[in-house]
Amino acid sequence: MTELQDRQPAGDPVGAIAAPLEVRTAIYKMMVEMRGFEKRAYDLFLQGLVKGTSHLGLGQEAVAAGFGAAMLPSDYTFATYRGHNHTLARGAPMAAVMAELMGRQAGLMAGKGGSMHLTSVEHRMMGSYAIVGAHLTIANGAAWSSKLRHAGEVAVCFFGDGTTNIGAFHEALNLAAVWKLPVVFVCENNRWMEYTPISSVTAVEHPAADRARAYGLDPVLVDGNDADQTYGAARAAIEHARSGGGPALVEAETYRHGGHSRADPGKYRPDEEVEAWLGRDPIPRYRTRLLGAGVDEAVLVRIEEEAQAAVDAAAREAEASPPPDLSLVGADLWADGGSSWRS
Amino acid sequence: MAELTYRDAVARGIAQEMERDPSVVFLGEDVGAAGGVFKATVGLLDRFGPQRVADTPISEQAILGAAMGAAMTGLRPIAEIMFSDFFAVCWDLVANEIAKTRYMTNGQVSLPLVIRSANGGGVRFGAQHSQSVENWAMAVPGLKVVAPSTPRDVVGLLAAAVRDPDPVLFFEQKSLYPTKGEVPDGEIVDTLGTAAVRRHGRDATIVALAAMVPRALDAADALSREGVEVTVIDLRSLVPLDVTTVATSVVETGHLVTVEENPRLCGWGAEVASIIAEERLFDLDGPIVRVTTPHVPLPAADALEDAALPSVARIVDGVRRALQ
Ligand SMILES: Cc1ncc(C[n+]2csc(CCOP(=O)(O)OP(=O)(O)O)c2C)c(N)n1
Ligand SMILES: [Mg+2]
Repeated sequence: MTELQDRQPAGDPVGAIAAPLEVRTAIYKMMVEMRGFEKRAYDLFLQGLVKGTSHLGLGQEAVAAGFGAAMLPSDYTFATYRGHNHTLARGAPMAAVMAELMGRQAGLMAGKGGSMHLTSVEHRMMGSYAIVGAHLTIANGAAWSSKLRHAGEVAVCFFGDGTTNIGAFHEALNLAAVWKLPVVFVCENNRWMEYTPISSVTAVEHPAADRARAYGLDPVLVDGNDADQTYGAARAAIEHARSGGGPALVEAETYRHGGHSRADPGKYRPDEEVEAWLGRDPIPRYRTRLLGAGVDEAVLVRIEEEAQAAVDAAAREAEASPPPDLSLVGADLWADGGSSWRS
Repeated sequence: MAELTYRDAVARGIAQEMERDPSVVFLGEDVGAAGGVFKATVGLLDRFGPQRVADTPISEQAILGAAMGAAMTGLRPIAEIMFSDFFAVCWDLVANEIAKTRYMTNGQVSLPLVIRSANGGGVRFGAQHSQSVENWAMAVPGLKVVAPSTPRDVVGLLAAAVRDPDPVLFFEQKSLYPTKGEVPDGEIVDTLGTAAVRRHGRDATIVALAAMVPRALDAADALSREGVEVTVIDLRSLVPLDVTTVATSVVETGHLVTVEENPRLCGWGAEVASIIAEERLFDLDGPIVRVTTPHVPLPAADALEDAALPSVARIVDGVRRALQ
């Protein structure tokens, strides 16, 4: 694994394993789709069509896309409530994800989970978890099972910077290291928890990477707004885990463009900080990079137009879906399909 | 047929299932090389090896997370939480993750797992190692809750729990570990949600669980000497709850007494009492009486703990009050 590198992410350093051009184009496509999806989700929230809460991944696309491109179809994803991007990255249909946000029958879980719990076992998206920390321990379990079954599957677990200060993070890293589990922990350090900067409540500068050594892991710090870096780090970490080397921990430095959730404008963040990070937006940055690498602009324009059309179609399809059948209230508590607890 | 302790029945039950199904794995603190702090899992490591019998760090969240993640990807884990009091440090995994995931995912995720734990008092361990927390578990939709009272039921209900496609919390009452009972040879598999009538009498119905079952039977002996004949029902499982067996007996006797080791408020007996009051009021010939531990933490000293837990005398008194 690479050592601590690029502590002040800037410029365009190459990742640990460089992606071929068609993979980079696919990553660009994923990011553009995620961006379009999240913007639409925000609009629909303001229109009152996305209910409850939602936590957008706007600005953080390069992490989900870079890892998504590096994973095999049999690998497992575990994500947080900020998990729309990670769900799309595994190939879950946009319309079903949008319908889930809108509480419709056509939703990924028919409206029973909502934005914070996106799950698509079919795509090995093993869940989005809304209690900070728990899913790191659950990802371990999938990795343990893979190891016992000699299945060669790797579990990839995404979480935020704030998650590094809860006990489950430390329990999970230690057990993963002791059992040499094929699991990759990916900290998306977007510098903020909800409304408090991570730096003000954390004993070390890099909340994940600086803790890696405590669990016998190599610290890996990458520019999370550079999809070549996230892809490269993902390939290296996943191969390390798959080949029996045990867990890996990657800290990807990134930034959310919007607020924490719902309509939060994120005004607690200094203007200069927001400006600086908007200037490092992973999508235009990658576009420029691809053009420089010789990709025809028409190819990228086509990706952008198709993504927009796909988002429009997904939103239409989701809106057309009826609310969930009310029989679902009592369905699927148990494996027999019901919720009975007595004779 | 062999006489086994409740403790040895645990290892026998786990071994029966691990032998049968290679996807059954077992993890917990001190469970392998040490054979468990209660010596209930002695021999399993030697028999099944360190891949399937895994010693863990003191990381209750990591233990239950590992069980959950393994269960959702093809294994059938049995996890041990050493003392049920320690559920308080991993309740997120139990109540938020394990219990809710099938429902939230619209049935996509199955969690065939068992969490075993030493529950309850009577061994002078004090308030943080003696709680009866079955009512915590019962309050969370999505968990099955089982508590055997005999060595035979330890084997049969554990097998049923392992084979069940849903998460089961399996409470072993720690004062019962040294108790003995007949256990038939060969495979034993029970059915969850079926109560057992341990004694039949027509004057009143006592419903009890785990360590309160032998105590209720002692009380039944004492009452019988006074000419009062009671039925003693061992619930065996709180979720699913065998209301039918309880209601059928109440129709016959007209009197119901619950004997609960948990502290008074929101104990399982309150649920049983409310169901019977709602559905069988006109079959009752007197008040439903609940005999419980008072609403206090369990004290350590033997005299104090004995005074707090439902005693044979308090059960006898409870039946008398029900019959008045
Ligand atoms: C155990 C727990 N504590 C608190 C919360 C409330 N909460 C939800 S998100 C969040 C911030 C998490 O920050 P981070 O891990 O950096 O993730 P981000 O939202 O930045 O992606 C908090 C405190 C929670 N969901 N779970
Ligand atoms: Mg954060």
